[in-house]
Amino acid sequence: MSDKVYNTVIIGAGIVGCSVARFLSRYKGSFLVIDRDEDVCCATSKANSGIVHAGYDARNGTLMAKYNVMGSLMYPGLASELNFKFRTIGSIVLCLDESDRPRLEDLYNNGIKNGVAGLRIVERDELKELEPNVADEAVCALYAPTGAIVCPFDATFALAENAARNGVEFSFDTSATNIERDNGRWKITTTKGILFCDTIVNAAGCYSDVFHNMVSKDKINITARRGEYFLLDKTASGHVNHTVFRLPGKMGKGVLITPTVHGNTIVGPTAEDIDDKDDVSTTSAGLDKIRSQSSLSIRDLPMNMSITTFSGLRSHEDGHEFIIGEPQDAPGFYDCAGIESPGLSAAPAIGKDVSDMIASHLSLTEDPAFVPGREKPVDPLQLPADELKELLNTRPDYGRMVCRCEYITEGQIRDAIRRTPGARSIDGVKRRVRAGMGRCQGGFCSPTVMEIIADELGIGISEVTKMGSGSEIILGENKRL
Amino acid sequence: MKQYDVIVIGGGPAGLAAAISAYDNGCKDVLLIERDNRLGGILNQCIHNGFGLHTFKEELTGPEYADRFIREFHNRNIDHMTGTMVIEITPDKTVRAVNSTDGLIDIKAKAVILAMGCRERSRGQLSIPGSRPAGIFSAGTAQRLVNLEGQMPGRRVVILGSGDIGLIMARRMTLEGANVLAVVELMPYSGGLKRNIVQCLNDYGIPLYLSHTVINIEGNKRVTAVTVAEVDENRKPVAGTEVRYECDTLLLSCGLIPENELSSQLGTKLSRVTNGPVVDSSLETTIPGVFACGNVLHVHDLVDFVSEEAALAGKNAALYVQHLGTTNKELIPVTFSPEIRYTVPAFINMDSITGDIKVRYRVGNNYQNKKVLVTSGGKVLSQKVRRIMAPGEMEDVLIPADKLRSAGRIAEINIKVTDNG
Repeated sequence: MSDKVYNTVIIGAGIVGCSVARFLSRYKGSFLVIDRDEDVCCATSKANSGIVHAGYDARNGTLMAKYNVMGSLMYPGLASELNFKFRTIGSIVLCLDESDRPRLEDLYNNGIKNGVAGLRIVERDELKELEPNVADEAVCALYAPTGAIVCPFDATFALAENAARNGVEFSFDTSATNIERDNGRWKITTTKGILFCDTIVNAAGCYSDVFHNMVSKDKINITARRGEYFLLDKTASGHVNHTVFRLPGKMGKGVLITPTVHGNTIVGPTAEDIDDKDDVSTTSAGLDKIRSQSSLSIRDLPMNMSITTFSGLRSHEDGHEFIIGEPQDAPGFYDCAGIESPGLSAAPAIGKDVSDMIASHLSLTEDPAFVPGREKPVDPLQLPADELKELLNTRPDYGRMVCRCEYITEGQIRDAIRRTPGARSIDGVKRRVRAGMGRCQGGFCSPTVMEIIADELGIGISEVTKMGSGSEIILGENKRL
Repeated sequence: MKQYDVIVIGGGPAGLAAAISAYDNGCKDVLLIERDNRLGGILNQCIHNGFGLHTFKEELTGPEYADRFIREFHNRNIDHMTGTMVIEITPDKTVRAVNSTDGLIDIKAKAVILAMGCRERSRGQLSIPGSRPAGIFSAGTAQRLVNLEGQMPGRRVVILGSGDIGLIMARRMTLEGANVLAVVELMPYSGGLKRNIVQCLNDYGIPLYLSHTVINIEGNKRVTAVTVAEVDENRKPVAGTEVRYECDTLLLSCGLIPENELSSQLGTKLSRVTNGPVVDSSLETTIPGVFACGNVLHVHDLVDFVSEEAALAGKNAALYVQHLGTTNKELIPVTFSPEIRYTVPAFINMDSITGDIKVRYRVGNNYQNKKVLVTSGGKVLSQKVRRIMAPGEMEDVLIPADKLRSAGRIAEINIKVTDNG
């Protein structure tokens, strides 16, 4: 970090912070993203269902509805511009009891009001065709052909990398501890020093209430709502074709089952309000609940093909609504708070809207040098054989397979570290290129990944971490602990 | 496209022995493909002794055992590619692989021997609740870090699962200066060899808790503690039995899974018990000309048995190439009593009885003083008395070739565990 005064400091390098950063980078100005963690996409954005909701669920008239529908429309273009994995597969909301049909119709009507295209209610026979393994109890379903899936890591990295490409700076391991007004500017005290800026974006996920409440008398309260998940091996793919929900309840959309863009199947989440905003533990009760709930929607789901379980936190605001923009008593401070589901879906729209608010506030002008695209990362096995062979002359590491489950080469891992912002840890590599994301969960490749990280960063093997300082893998040398 | 008579996939103990045997049985045109940069497979990190007692009548370390086979392999000038990962095998036996010099290559084979080994069951598959910090390793990953890199991944260690690698690592971590607090096993019996429990746990005073499991992991960045509880007969934790261990490391040794992604993509039928291909007594899978051996077929306890099994696969692959298109197959199933979990082979190929047939199997519980009877149509083909049988140790029974040949038309072979005496 330098002494310069930034036009904007964004707190939080999740999907929302990175989206604001990317859209801000269309303008001339100085922008900085800070995050308490060691990398982009380390908290809320890293552990969710990976779904771009069609937009029928959020109540018409809310910001949730507005940004969900807008975001959902933006995703296909953004995905091809920034080269991240995105697929429109359609989603289905199951009605398992005839008496619930009115609620399903309400959902349909709400979706129509929200402007969601292609919505219709399908009856049992058609439902069986769409989703052959659906539970026999299913009577009908809401079918939303625009429902989509995305890799939440890839999308966040793509936004961050494109923002960085266009001049946005990033500072990691940087926690903001205080925010105050200082001579007409904002003064942010961080664990890495003091920052001055004209505007602040509060995209701090579960901690967005903390920062909001530092600057505004109009207090908000965010609760961490934990959701646990199972991730099934690729060999279980094809068991469901769409994102399969059940009719939503008070605590959210319930346990869903969906393919991921990488061919795995995700099952979850639970919904449990917790006190500790960093507690991403799984629990046996939660995992049991997913097992039993999922079987109500889909028959014979091969839960024994689970390759991992995890949990994520949603940033649930008391009023169950996004809080976007300036509080009345804190001009120049832009909230992106209460971003729970459909936050991932809404993120591009929030990013664009908030960046435009800031641009107008600061009278920023468009940057003619803005590059909107991100180059596609090299995937050697997707190249034609002769192209790959040619490439190996200069980069033989693209032919050295490191992750045998996901087929990830040494070259791709080196690229992940060399990107800006680049991977600094095993998890950073894993989230960027999937080495260690497969069925052996890094059992075979992690020692090699550690060597590559040490080599690229010029550090010792004992300094390599799983996810930043304090998570070192090696505790000492043999006989010298 | 390059062509070979036999392509062996995997250069660990199974692949090496299979390639050598194919060569020695008259098939000189053999290619072995290994994903690592050196031959030997996992044996390279198994620096403890105890290998080779059956094969060489002496105690070798893993690398020494591998070296004997690597030398034999090189003596025959058998072609091999290291640093080469096979990513697909088609049913017409085109093997697609990738490496850093040739890129993507397709090589055609007349016969393929699968010898890809196995992987360890991960924390995610076990669905152990708790946080996901650094400090959770499969025992084999820890073994590689300690034995090949000289790096210690833990100071205070709890080990879940009493598989052989876990037991070996309990001793290794202790010798290298760590404090191994406990080995915890979900089942009422160990999954490892008796000799490993004695030599790796008892000799070092490391407690083994049977019918226990880990029910929680704590720590945000690094493991700070795990909670262990006793389980009931349904393997469910018993409330009130929880013990919390402050530790920085949890090692997992909870079973091995044959790596059959290539095999299932190829379309070979897999056993739901072993997770390996279903094979007949020629070790041929359900796809003609594709053979399997070693831990990709079923998880072995001793490498000596891997070598023996792989030699048979190599021999049969050579025979297949030599008699291409002329072989008939009459397969009869091997059935068994409930004490037995599976047998390899699952079928006897009555048209290719080239010697006595060794049927390997594992039992599902501890048994004492049993007689194992092999019968067909009421006639006893062979029998064997077993004083002790345990799930962690592989069993075998030999069916004499002459008995099979003279058995006439039979519908099945049955293996039955009965009380002795």
